Amino acid sequence: MDLVLIWAVLLSFAILIYVILDGFDLGIGILFPWGRDAKERDMMMNSIAPVWDGNETWLIFGGGGLFAAFPLAYSILMPALYIPVLIMLFALVFRGVAFEFRFKSERSQGVWDGAFNFGSSVAAFAQGLILGAFIQGLEVTEGGYTGGALDWLTPFSLMTGFALMCGYSLLGATWLIIKTTGELQQWAYQAARWLLLIVLAWIAMVSLWTPLAKPEVAERWFSWPNFLLLSPIPVATLGVALALWHALKKQRERAPFIFSVSLFFLSFIGLAVSIWPYTIPYQLTLWETAAPPESQRFLLVGAVILVPLILGYTTFSYRIFKGKVAAGRSYY
Amino acid sequence: MEFDAVLLSRIQFAFTLAFHILFPTLTIGLAVFLVIIEALWLRTKKDLYYYIYKFWVRIFGLSFGMGVVSGIVLSFEFGTNFSRFSEATGNVLGPLLGYEVMTAFFLEASFLGVMLFAWYRVGNRLHFLSTCVVALGTIISAFWILAANSWMHTPAGYRLEEGIFYVTDWSEVIFTSSFLYRFTHMLFASFLSTVFLIAGVAGWYLLKGQHEFVARSCFSLTLGLAAVLAPAQILMGDLHGLQVQRDQPMKVAAMEGLWETGREVPFLIFAWPDQEKETNHFEIGIPKAASLILQHDPEGEVKGLKEVTPDQRPNVPIVFFSFRIMLFSGFLFLGVAWIGLWLRWKKQLYKQPWFFRLCMFTAPLGFVATVAGWVVAEVGRQPWIVQGLMRTVDMASDIPAQAVLISLSLFVLVYGILFLAFVYYLFKLFRAGPDYKTEPPPFTSARTAWLPSG
Repeated sequence: MDLVLIWAVLLSFAILIYVILDGFDLGIGILFPWGRDAKERDMMMNSIAPVWDGNETWLIFGGGGLFAAFPLAYSILMPALYIPVLIMLFALVFRGVAFEFRFKSERSQGVWDGAFNFGSSVAAFAQGLILGAFIQGLEVTEGGYTGGALDWLTPFSLMTGFALMCGYSLLGATWLIIKTTGELQQWAYQAARWLLLIVLAWIAMVSLWTPLAKPEVAERWFSWPNFLLLSPIPVATLGVALALWHALKKQRERAPFIFSVSLFFLSFIGLAVSIWPYTIPYQLTLWETAAPPESQRFLLVGAVILVPLILGYTTFSYRIFKGKVAAGRSYY
Repeated sequence: MEFDAVLLSRIQFAFTLAFHILFPTLTIGLAVFLVIIEALWLRTKKDLYYYIYKFWVRIFGLSFGMGVVSGIVLSFEFGTNFSRFSEATGNVLGPLLGYEVMTAFFLEASFLGVMLFAWYRVGNRLHFLSTCVVALGTIISAFWILAANSWMHTPAGYRLEEGIFYVTDWSEVIFTSSFLYRFTHMLFASFLSTVFLIAGVAGWYLLKGQHEFVARSCFSLTLGLAAVLAPAQILMGDLHGLQVQRDQPMKVAAMEGLWETGREVPFLIFAWPDQEKETNHFEIGIPKAASLILQHDPEGEVKGLKEVTPDQRPNVPIVFFSFRIMLFSGFLFLGVAWIGLWLRWKKQLYKQPWFFRLCMFTAPLGFVATVAGWVVAEVGRQPWIVQGLMRTVDMASDIPAQAVLISLSLFVLVYGILFLAFVYYLFKLFRAGPDYKTEPPPFTSARTAWLPSG
């Protein structure tokens, strides 16, 4: 087996897990101002307080994994995306500390509510910017970034920024459906329906704009027989969207979240198809940016043993906190 | 000095690192302290230990949150600000950081949730196990990060081809000649900083006559630990110093403020190093002491800074003064801890207000000493980013200085605000003291003690 391929799959998996897990808790942060009173906001926050830290660890795994397995890609992408990466980091700092500070404050609770909402929204938006800039491609000569400091800022990346915010909100709303009851849950059902429509519009827009802007992507999707072979992806996306709509209408509790995750999964696959086999789109491939086998193998040995273990105890900790949440700071 | 992108990136990296290390320093020590307290609780079944645990676990949660968010920044900053360095060393350092994430971060993050939020949801034994796992996670994390950092000081197990490092032997990469010294030194620094913080807070309660039982218990336990840890750390520092002298003689020369290679070198208690004139002003020293410390022989030879050209020396005043801050704090800890022993022997430990005040004064010093120690280590390595092989100035990203200036200013502003908020909530928790209102969870029968009870 090709080590580079294994790492490509493993890292994609880590990024997907990150997007789903931190996606729903960033989504809760984006939806936070719609919590009507302190009690509802408590419930929203309590639904993720024990797990957000583990969720965010997948981001470090993604960053660290990229550094370890594809150091050249890491050392090109990070300076190229300097500003959006730092915006994301600042935003994550604010929302992260809000969990701790909010429950320890009284008068200043509003400040940390704001920090949580603002940080979550900006972090999601910045991740969308990074995604958009990545899809568009970067100016690289001789293994180094040679573009400007603001090359990432384009209408396309702004669009992906908003799209990701809406996508995360959908995950957040469907997570709230699982974790809450009564009025807040009803509100989440409503929100999820609207968000689904908006997200579908964004998916359609990104799916049209990307091949129009990038001939490489158009070639990948619309050439024969790729068109036929890849057609299950958009078809399945449509099917999942319908199933999600139906589940929201029927007021199912878990199905909406699972279908939202499936929607992310399919979009992710679609993206992977567009980008394959590049780590720096349309210029440097996985193999050209990979670490040598001795480095990839050394870390892989650990990953093979540890990643299943991590998934195991992560599942275990989610199980401990299963069920509906209560308001208040009843914890520690 | 010109404020170019490289210098700004270095300042930003130093600033974000120094800010970050405060929190792991506290959480490594506190996690171990909480393991001890919870073990005492399970063993003695005294409510007292439950209240101590609940009190300090809040401070642990607060600090851990700060550590996580400031740590995420670092995992990206290698790439954003030192991209040439990440390209050159990614094959070596990347996997070490990857192991840190896989063996430590996930472990800590998942079980922290249980530790903080799952009282009553899980049995007491499983809760204790979670505390142990979190403590283990913090130590494993220190293991990998010190391994990666030590490799930059004493590189080994590599092959260098066209400016890129390739690994030839992983055990040599991890267990370099400085690693075990630095790992142990950092763990002891964490433990010492934590016990003095706890002792300081307990001393404050004793001074005010509040929370008598909790305060006495904490005061006695932490000062007892300090009496062993303080001399152990000084011994560890001494051994580490011998190793640094072997591997990085210019760092030691800067620490000692020694310009000329010589024998019977004095230890300078104070001096004002002058890099321009390559000499010191206002020297006050103990004759032959540096030779004695570094060579274990009063006649021993110590290498001076003039062995190399000025462009191969670190910034002498920074290293020199940071070293003294660390060293003097270390001896102060020893003094306070042993005065504690003496008072205990005289049965006066809980009766001397001046001693409570002394402990309050030393409470934050461990953190000052730890940061100073890191400054000695990292500035002392300069101008090298990888000792003897790669220069820091050649390894930064090619990004505009304005971008770095903006991000650095934002870091100073944001971290400044966060630090104030952290200290504010820390003191709020200290002032509030332990919460005796909540009932400790019941001791269930052995069969269900592991299982979630819901």
